[in-house]
Amino acid sequence: MNRIKKKFDELSLNDSKALITYIVAGDPDLKTTLDLMNCMVEEGADIIEIGIPFSDPMAEGVSIQRGHERALSNKISIKDALNLTSQFRKFNETTPIVFMGYMNTFESMGVKQFCKEAANKGVDGILIVDMPPEESTEFSKEAKSNGIDVIRLIAPTTDLSRAKEICDLSSGYIYYISVKGITGSNDLDSEDVKQKVELLSNQTDLPIAIGFGIKDSNSALSVKELADGIVAGSVFVDLIGEGGDTVAKISKKTKELSLAIK
Amino acid sequence: MSEEYLPDNKGRFGIYGGRYVAETLVPALDELSEKYKLIKNDKDFLEEFRNDLSHYVGRPSPLYFAKRWTEFLGGAKIYLKREDLNHTGAHKINNTVGQILLAKHMGKKRIIAETGAGQHGVASATVAARHGLECVVYMGEEDINRQSLNVFRMKLLGADVVAVNSGTRTLKDAMNEAMRDWVTNVDDTYYIIGSVAGPHPYPEIVRDFNAVVGEEVIEQSKDQIGKNPDVLIACVGGGSNALGLFYPFIKSKEVKLIGVEAGGLGLSTGKHAAPLNDGKEGVLHGMRTYLMQDDAGQILETHSVSAGLDYPGVGPEHSWLKDTGRAEYVVADDEEALDAFKELTKIEGIMPALETAHGLAYVKKLAPTMKPDKTIVVNVSGRGDKDINTVASIEGIEL
Repeated sequence: MNRIKKKFDELSLNDSKALITYIVAGDPDLKTTLDLMNCMVEEGADIIEIGIPFSDPMAEGVSIQRGHERALSNKISIKDALNLTSQFRKFNETTPIVFMGYMNTFESMGVKQFCKEAANKGVDGILIVDMPPEESTEFSKEAKSNGIDVIRLIAPTTDLSRAKEICDLSSGYIYYISVKGITGSNDLDSEDVKQKVELLSNQTDLPIAIGFGIKDSNSALSVKELADGIVAGSVFVDLIGEGGDTVAKISKKTKELSLAIK
Repeated sequence: MSEEYLPDNKGRFGIYGGRYVAETLVPALDELSEKYKLIKNDKDFLEEFRNDLSHYVGRPSPLYFAKRWTEFLGGAKIYLKREDLNHTGAHKINNTVGQILLAKHMGKKRIIAETGAGQHGVASATVAARHGLECVVYMGEEDINRQSLNVFRMKLLGADVVAVNSGTRTLKDAMNEAMRDWVTNVDDTYYIIGSVAGPHPYPEIVRDFNAVVGEEVIEQSKDQIGKNPDVLIACVGGGSNALGLFYPFIKSKEVKLIGVEAGGLGLSTGKHAAPLNDGKEGVLHGMRTYLMQDDAGQILETHSVSAGLDYPGVGPEHSWLKDTGRAEYVVADDEEALDAFKELTKIEGIMPALETAHGLAYVKKLAPTMKPDKTIVVNVSGRGDKDINTVASIEGIEL
């Protein structure tokens, strides 16, 4: 069974929620990314999203933009992220890895080649921000034939009939964007999210994760009852940007979020 | 399918175009497509648009026979399509006059735009002022430095100019930032994209609003030349002035279409902005098109003396015109453009924008190889006032 489904099944047996954490591959360097992935798992992260650095990350706020820039200053590519995944898999066979990024870097290897290698190296899902269902025919086909989940975004602006179509074309989990805006936005309105996610959960059996605007135990708490998981990214990437003992800082933050939702 | 009907209903020109955006924007683009479909054939809307083009922009712009330049180059007759004489000094106003009407019909209260050379920013700020709408223009820091005149113009017009200091600090980064604004303020904000680029339906909308250029040339050629011109030439950054000129002629196969990209320091140096000549297919800013990129899919820094051509992508319809062979794309480098800038100024008393000068540089090469009974129409997409500081500083002169 695919690692993502297995993870959500386990969590649901324990009546627990998924903590999904995001960092950028190679930010500030590949070795640190590997250390951070391991420490996040240790402190309660259930799924790790690995950002694939891109020169033009249009949907990202300043925090994650800077993360991409730091990684690109080391010339980190999607191939490096694949190698990072095999390193991680040497000691961890269970934590799902999702690659999150932009179409142009994913296509640079060729769609078929990427999906094949990603499956071999232990990637479980892909989330391509600028790939709405209309533009994903080739990726959907290749990902499916290699057993990789295609995780899709649903936004506050998405109407119900489109949301249903997106759910039908998704696998793994649904990523609900909790605010209109870019990553790292501040104004998460949990009442609004609640209404939308309730409607959404009637459309699909897939787990729903909520992302954008979750940065501490309070924001995590405010959405934990609404969904099957929460995604936190900018808060980690900011801590990496601060420098210092990154592993200690990220461990502490992961623990804070994990305690809030478990 | 006839070329006239492209893009298809998914916004594609062959494999190019489309809509590669985050989900938050898909409904907004759907809404825009729907609204535009209704409005583009609406009699009242078209009348309002045409009225604004005549009385506010000052159309039609002349098709001017450059007699002295023709004699100087000794070959084909050269006609200049004088978009530099439009209100605000470039073709960019055609599109903003149309899009602001669309924005008003959609009930939007706030306008955002990206700009490179500042011409589109000025054109957006201008129509926003006229309609009393709030306007925010995103501009790369590097471009703010080299186009300070246009920055001041935008401020006088009441626009808020936001400096973008991410990435290469030029047009592409300004576009990223405008997209980020749009995704955040999508309910009340209309994004006026300034070129035939971006996600569907923008390439179509911007082309249609600029097509007045080519439509006028068809009529003016009938009167002044007695037939269609043999060759059309225009500079290509994103490609809106070129497509405005080319589009009404696409079906007239006897007319040769030539787009001129920015060769920067020369194609072989890699320091240029010529994706159709030296790039490959990829996805950026919501569209599939030719891009300047490395093997890992990262977008490369571009170089051009003209801020308006300093862009690593190109409108998807140009990519399609290139692949089908209907249009040809060549390059002119910085030096050739500067030469042409000076030559037209001295010989015709017309000071072109540095963007335009790239098209003129190719006229200089092509005209002498053609017979005197042949004609070239080149789009003088903008005037050069904004570039005087740049040209002076290249010459080592401090103004």
